[in-house]
Amino acid sequence: MNKTVIRIVGLIIVMATFLFISECAQKEKPILGSSDAALAVYVAPGDYDEFYAFTSGGFSGQVGVYGLPSGRLFRQIPVFSVNPENGYGFTEETKDMLKTTFGHIPWDDAHHPELSQTDGVPDGRWLFINANNTTRVARIDLKTFETAEIIEIPNSGGNHGSPFITQNTEYVIASTRFSVPIPQRDVSIDTYKENFHGTLTFIKVDPDDGNMDISFQILVPGYDYDLSHAGKGPSHGWAFFTCYNTEQANTLLEVNASKNDKDFIAAVNWKMAEKYLAEGKGKTRPGEYYRNHMDHRTHSSVSELKKTVTFLDPADCPELIYYMPTPKSPHGVDVDPSGEYIVGGGKLAAVVSVHSFSKMLKAIEEQKFIGDAGGIPILDYDATIAGEVTNVGLGPLHTEFDGKGYAYTSAFITSEVVKWKLGTWEVVDRIPTYYSLGHLMIPGGDSRKPWGKYLVGLNKMTKDRYLSTGPELTHAAQLIDISGDKMKLLLDFPTVGEPHYAQGIPANLVHPNTTKIYELESNEHPYRAVSEKEARVERDGNEVHVYMTTIRTHFKPDNIEGVKLGDVVYFHVTNLEQDWDIPHGFAMQGAQNSELLIMPGATNTLRWEPKKIGVFPFYCTDFCSALHQEMQGYVRVSPKGSKVPIKFN
Amino acid sequence: MIKKLCILLFVSFFLINCGGGDQAKTEQAPAPAVNPDGVTEEQVKNGIGPIAAFTLEALDQELADKGNEVFGLKCIACHKLDERLVGPPLGGVTTRRSPSFIMNMILNPDEMVKKHPEVKAMLAEFYVPMTFQNVTQDDARAILEYLRTQ
Repeated sequence: MNKTVIRIVGLIIVMATFLFISECAQKEKPILGSSDAALAVYVAPGDYDEFYAFTSGGFSGQVGVYGLPSGRLFRQIPVFSVNPENGYGFTEETKDMLKTTFGHIPWDDAHHPELSQTDGVPDGRWLFINANNTTRVARIDLKTFETAEIIEIPNSGGNHGSPFITQNTEYVIASTRFSVPIPQRDVSIDTYKENFHGTLTFIKVDPDDGNMDISFQILVPGYDYDLSHAGKGPSHGWAFFTCYNTEQANTLLEVNASKNDKDFIAAVNWKMAEKYLAEGKGKTRPGEYYRNHMDHRTHSSVSELKKTVTFLDPADCPELIYYMPTPKSPHGVDVDPSGEYIVGGGKLAAVVSVHSFSKMLKAIEEQKFIGDAGGIPILDYDATIAGEVTNVGLGPLHTEFDGKGYAYTSAFITSEVVKWKLGTWEVVDRIPTYYSLGHLMIPGGDSRKPWGKYLVGLNKMTKDRYLSTGPELTHAAQLIDISGDKMKLLLDFPTVGEPHYAQGIPANLVHPNTTKIYELESNEHPYRAVSEKEARVERDGNEVHVYMTTIRTHFKPDNIEGVKLGDVVYFHVTNLEQDWDIPHGFAMQGAQNSELLIMPGATNTLRWEPKKIGVFPFYCTDFCSALHQEMQGYVRVSPKGSKVPIKFN
Repeated sequence: MIKKLCILLFVSFFLINCGGGDQAKTEQAPAPAVNPDGVTEEQVKNGIGPIAAFTLEALDQELADKGNEVFGLKCIACHKLDERLVGPPLGGVTTRRSPSFIMNMILNPDEMVKKHPEVKAMLAEFYVPMTFQNVTQDDARAILEYLRTQ
């Protein structure tokens, strides 16, 4: 009897404990795992996502293409890093896309994707992204999802505040995180304050084909120019740049660049810059840079080296640029959809400062300056400030907007998204992220018309969130529903590389316009073979050019003889397919570069230097059909000086 | 009593449902006697696609020459005239297939391979489905004219 009582009591205790534990667990994760969240992100097989999200790859140098709300990864677009998977940066056609004044650079650190805009709204034409390390800006064509152009930025170091665009994609703007001697020269690092400068670069974008060229650079004091955003609506014609290290430290910046209570947001009147340029105030200065772009008729890159740039010196150009004091080492500078508010994320302050554009204009008019920095007037903080958002978490970095009167700021140190109201500056909601949130993104959230349904948080650390993959873990994105009063965490998904920033756009502005094939009739590649009749092998000295065609399920020619040790063989492979989703691969044994992945109608070239005597196979690497395994061929390599003639079938 | 009522309700609900189902069935037209993909006899003969049945007139040699050119660009990687390559040999194809069938095969191969019973059967023989080669309707007509000469 007693035993039974004990058993029953014991059972009750166990059950109560279990209930208690499961209740705790539920309290900790009220949304994740609920069927509501699952339904909200479920995109049925065969259905399409509502939005594209483009995330920067960070140290992968590439761009990730995801669908929202599903979080499915569709593609990684090779941009600044070579990609042996499809030959980008290795093929004869694409290797010069990575050409710089430092030579061929196979990697970079890509931070901020930025969609082209028309009238302040993302238009789905192009995506720009910066290379932070070897300073460049790339343009990706959203018809083909291929890197169409890369332009180097001269007189720059650490191209971080880049590439942010003006309301009609008139300019892509870029700024130097690391000030450097301009022009570069051999000086003591101790002479930082004297010899080091920053530049703010304005790259003109051709409205028809998107081609970029550097219009002008503004020489600025040697601070660290961190991020940027252009004005919109009433503030169209202005661009804003955060800067830290106004201390101008050149060692141990973590301490030495964190001394001032306030650093600056630089406000640049670029319409005024255009006026000064028209008046001939620009000075031609040395500045070598490469501009590389893909010519889609020849499927090949074209590189041009430019030697000079046009400089505007604020000393010669009054009213061109002003500094607005902003606490403290600010990171993001984000302009609200109305164009009136300029939000500075005070990275080392527990406050977000919001400047008013109209107050700024008034302060300039009334000359409310508290001094100058390198000749640039510094405006009185109280004269430009519209409000301060307090209780915004620690380490506020970056803010986007929902178009419904609210702003969302990422707080890095406290790992949270904080929602606050424009105008009243009160915090109305907050939600934790997992973990260490850097930037955040709302589709169109830095434009005049945000699609304020989802917010994506880009987390730097994931620690215990996923199955372990050893010391190196994935970064992550978290999808948050912002359609209601309260934010709801819906999904988290791992990302490629380190996404610093992202852009989102409704799928219907991109998906219907995409290219499916390249027309053979338009192929102007000098080594094309647009029908099997044109397939052949030609010797030119020690170069052997193979004009090869590929179609399901054979190469022509597929038996090649007469190649000798010491030759350089170029396989120019044209994919004769003219239907969507039939790329062919081409891999050659012993090739020291990559494979080819050739889209329908395109010609790609693999350079191969045979190293051994013998007969070596090549084959199709991209599974194309039931007879894919039969898609192969041989190259016979004879000794140097051998008399074996060129022969092919 | 309540138990009986429940059973009655359950049974009547079931009956009503069944009745509805029967009614729906009888409203449907009897399935036509075609293959499972709903391809009609006419489509079997004339192909599935943008080209309706038509009758060929006297041979247009100029058009056939143009067709020869297009054939060399778009077709020869997969088709020979006298022997199997990726696809079947095309010599004398105009004596085996209707003009519209041939043009629909060129212009709408995806649907033809998916639905047409005879083309489906050919897939089992050749393994590689024919794909669209970005051929215009005019070029497809020219290819047809060329094939008449072969």
